[in-house]
Parts: sequence; structure tokens; C-alpha cells
Amino acid sequence: MDQVLNWISEHQQMIYIVVLMVFLGIEVIGRVPSVLHTPLMSGANAIHGVVIIGAIIVMGKAEADNYLAIILGFLAVILGTLNVVGGFVVTDRMLEMFKKKK
Amino acid sequence: MGISLLTVSYLVASVTYILGLKMLSNPATARRGNQIAAGGMTIAILATIFLYEDEGHGLHNYVWIFAGLLIGSVVGTLAAKKVKMTAMPQMVSLFNGMGGACAALISIIEFNHLTHNSDGTAEYFASLEGVNLLIIFAGLIIGSVSFAGSMIAWGKLDGRIKDHAFKGQHIVNLLFIGISVALAAFIIIARPVETPIYFYVILALSLIYGVFFVLPIGGADMPVVISLLNSFTGVAAACGGFLYDNKAMLTGGILVGAAGTLLTILMCRAMNRSLTNVLIGSFGGGATAGGGAGKAQGSYKEITLSDAAVVMSYANKVMIVPGYGLAVAQAQHTCHELEKLLTEKGVEVKYAIHPVAGRMPGHMNVLLAEADVSYDKLEEMEQANEEFATTDVVLILGANDVVNPAAKTDPSSPIYGMPILDVELAKTVIINKRSMKPGYAGIDNDLFFRPKASMLFGDSKKVLQDLIGEVKNL
Repeated sequence: MDQVLNWISEHQQMIYIVVLMVFLGIEVIGRVPSVLHTPLMSGANAIHGVVIIGAIIVMGKAEADNYLAIILGFLAVILGTLNVVGGFVVTDRMLEMFKKKK
Repeated sequence: MGISLLTVSYLVASVTYILGLKMLSNPATARRGNQIAAGGMTIAILATIFLYEDEGHGLHNYVWIFAGLLIGSVVGTLAAKKVKMTAMPQMVSLFNGMGGACAALISIIEFNHLTHNSDGTAEYFASLEGVNLLIIFAGLIIGSVSFAGSMIAWGKLDGRIKDHAFKGQHIVNLLFIGISVALAAFIIIARPVETPIYFYVILALSLIYGVFFVLPIGGADMPVVISLLNSFTGVAAACGGFLYDNKAMLTGGILVGAAGTLLTILMCRAMNRSLTNVLIGSFGGGATAGGGAGKAQGSYKEITLSDAAVVMSYANKVMIVPGYGLAVAQAQHTCHELEKLLTEKGVEVKYAIHPVAGRMPGHMNVLLAEADVSYDKLEEMEQANEEFATTDVVLILGANDVVNPAAKTDPSSPIYGMPILDVELAKTVIINKRSMKPGYAGIDNDLFFRPKASMLFGDSKKVLQDLIGEVKNL
């Protein structure tokens, strides 16, 4: 119990961020027209590709003799990049078509 | 200096995600919003590579990092550029699965890192920080479920995997996920020496759960599932944020987790269903669909191409109802041609777009925009339903479930309660389909047997081309 409370007070900044982001995430897309559901989903999909940062960190910290960590880390970097790059490019392609009309 | 610059980069990135999402919810700013978020992401990635420090040490293994980034970028760009607009939902699902797998791999490596330096004694495991373990397990479970589920969703949308359901499947599913969570809790509290073995058991159970969770859900509900898994991956990414005390991962992940959950609910609402209904209601849906099959018997009329051309050319108002069949046949351009031709002849032509036409909400709008159909010709469902009464001809192109009257009349139908396009209010309904096979949701459509309806069989593109020829010859 003490450990948990300690952890909370140590990480209170992070916990505040989580709480605020939950409300912000809901507010920010509150009035999206159904036309934009697909691009929005795809765009949000690209944003959670931010997990790539974690992949870069584990990859960059892996000891040279820890082959399992290196191989899995390398795989994680590839998959994370796929998520980010593919996500943004595919969203851009969708939205490009909307744009042409205006 | 380096570290504070990194902090600023993450702050900038977090702001771009919020701004990007905000702008993505408005048609006028959507594209810019996506680009801004992409820019912020690039800053965050570059800053991490060059500025990240842990206890005074920078990162190493640069060759691996850059090789991974390069491979991922090339493959990702090619895949995203090459994919047909019709296959868009599969693509999003696939990319989402990659993100989930990435989050799960991070947890695996971090756990491996913990055990790599251990002497395997109970004292060692007892010394690990509980909250850290909790975050690692959360990332592992959520990431694996998201990965496995997305892969199945991809396979289903791509037509590679069929619906599978067995009696009591949701109880078995609850067992899978329940045991995973219980095992994780057990490890965090009791710290057994067998922790590494249990870790991989949890991984396996989560993957299996992901598979069984998505398998029984009908293809028509797949967008909702993808959106849900999308928010799962967001939460998994946020776990990484806690693990590395990284604010960019945390804001990005939680933001998508929250926005994705709301979007999932909005999508359900567009289909007039609740999330529970989509997720649980699908179990046994196969049986209902089977029962319905015997009922919709009767005879249907066929109409010849030339008759169809005449009816449409001399109509005052034609409404086109496009569906996924149109998209599969890549006929959106041909359809636009027919629309122009009819407009030249003085016919008022409009498109009635059901919110879930295609495979995802808004998917059909993307496809028609690709074919240069102008915005003001697209009518949303409510408007369209008011206009059907004054419409002479409705031309249904490869749409099925969105015009199925069973959604209004048959409480046993899996799509009961979904709002539909009331095409029967119009004077004539012409339905183009490849065959009499049921639509994506696997249910029969009474509409085809109604007196106002007549069928025009064939591939959408071929039929439209022939129709254009006939109209020109009149």
C-alpha cells in the first residue's frame, strides 16, 4: 500500500497528465461529422504510433551481448515505424481527396 | 542542455497531437492537422534518437535503429501509397496491429531485461518494483490483444477469415482474459520464482484472447472493432510512457485511447447500436442469419439494360445508393460518368450516402471524392430519406444491408434497429448486384422481392458502362 502511494506521489505529474488527456481526448473530437470518422480513426492510429519512441529507447539501451533484446528491439522499431509512417501517409491520401474539391 | 531540449521537443510533439486531432475533426483543416501531427512525431523521434540520455549515457545500437526506421518507412510508405481506397480499412487495422505488437515487444524486452540480470532467486523477484511490473504486464496484455485482434480484423475485412463462433464462446473468452489478469496480479503480489514462465503464459493467453475476441464478430461490425482496438493500442503506448517517464508517449497514447473510445461509441451510434450489442450480440448471430434465410423467398423481377436506361433518362430525379459492391468493382469513376450524362439530359442526380456505406463510416465519401463527385451531390441519410418520396428512380449499386427493410421490421434480424435508407418511398428501385447472394452481414434482403424493385445483375462497372452506352444511344 505504501509503495503504491509513494509511486503516486512520485509520479503525480504523469497522473495529472493522464486525467487531463482523457478529458481532452473526448472534448477534442466531440463534434466530428461522420464523414470524417474514417480519416480521424486513421489519424489517431498514426498518433499512437508514438510507441516507436519506446522501441527506440529499448533498442538503444540493449546490451551488445543480449541478442534476444536486440532482435526483438529491432523488430519493435520496424513495426513501430510501420505504424507511424504508414498511418500518416494513408491518412494524408484519404484527406487529399477531400481537399481537391474545395 | 540535451535533456532539456528533449523535454521541449516532447512538449512540442504533445501539442501537435492535440492540435492535429482537433483539426482532424473538421473537414476544412483535416489534412493540415494530420501533417502537423506527423511533423510533431518526426521531431519527437529525432529528438529521442539524438538527445535521449539515461543516467548520463546516450543510446547506442544506432545501426540497428536506423536500419529499422528505414525498413519501416519504406515498407510503410509503399503499402500506404499502393493500397486501393477500397482496402483502406484493412490497412488501418494492419497498421494498428503493428503498433500493438510494438508495445507488446517493448514489454517483453523490458521483462527480459529484468530477468537477464537476475540470479533467479525469490529474493531477486521480491526486490522488483511492483508498479513497474504492473505497467509491463499492462503493456503486454493490451498490446498483444490489440495485435492479435487487429490481425483477425484485417483477415476478415480482406475476406481471408470467416466468422467463427461456438456456444459459450464469450465465457471461454472471459476465462482467457480473466486468467491472464489474475496471473499478472498473482505475480505482482506473490513474486514466485517461476515468474518468467508465467510471463509467457500471459503473453500466449492474451494473444489467444485477441483472436477469439474478434473471430465471432460480423464483418459489418469490424470498423467498430478496429476503432476499439485502436484505442487499446493508444493505452498500450501510454504504458510505455509510464515505463520511461516519457511525456510524449503518455500524452499521445492517452489522447488516442480517450478519443478512440469516444469515436467507437460515435460509430456505434451511427449504426444505432450499443457497443455491448456489437461485441456480445454477435454471438449466435450466425444462427439468426441462418433462420432468416428460409423466409425471404419469392420471385424477383429482372430489368434489361435498355429498359433501365430509358427509365432513368426520362426520370426527373434519380438517387444513386452506392455500396461496397461499387467500390470493389472500382466503378466510382464510371458511376460519376453516368451521373454527368444523366445531368446533361436534365435529370437531377444525387447520391444517398448511408453513414456506414462501404466498410467504415465515411468510407464511401472518400471513394466518391476520389472519383471527383462534387460534395453538394452527396446527401446524408436523413436528407436522402426526405427526398426519396419525390424520387422517380433509385439506383442501388452494390449496396445491400443499408437498404434492408428487415432492419425496421424484423426484430430477430442481426441488423434490427439500424437506420436504413427508405428507398421504397421512391417510384422505382433498380438494384444492381452480382448475384442473389446475401450481403456482407450475411442476411437476406426482402427488398429484392418487393413489387417496386427490379434486379439488374452483373459487375457494377460493366453494368454502368453498358448503361452509359444505352443512355447515349437513346
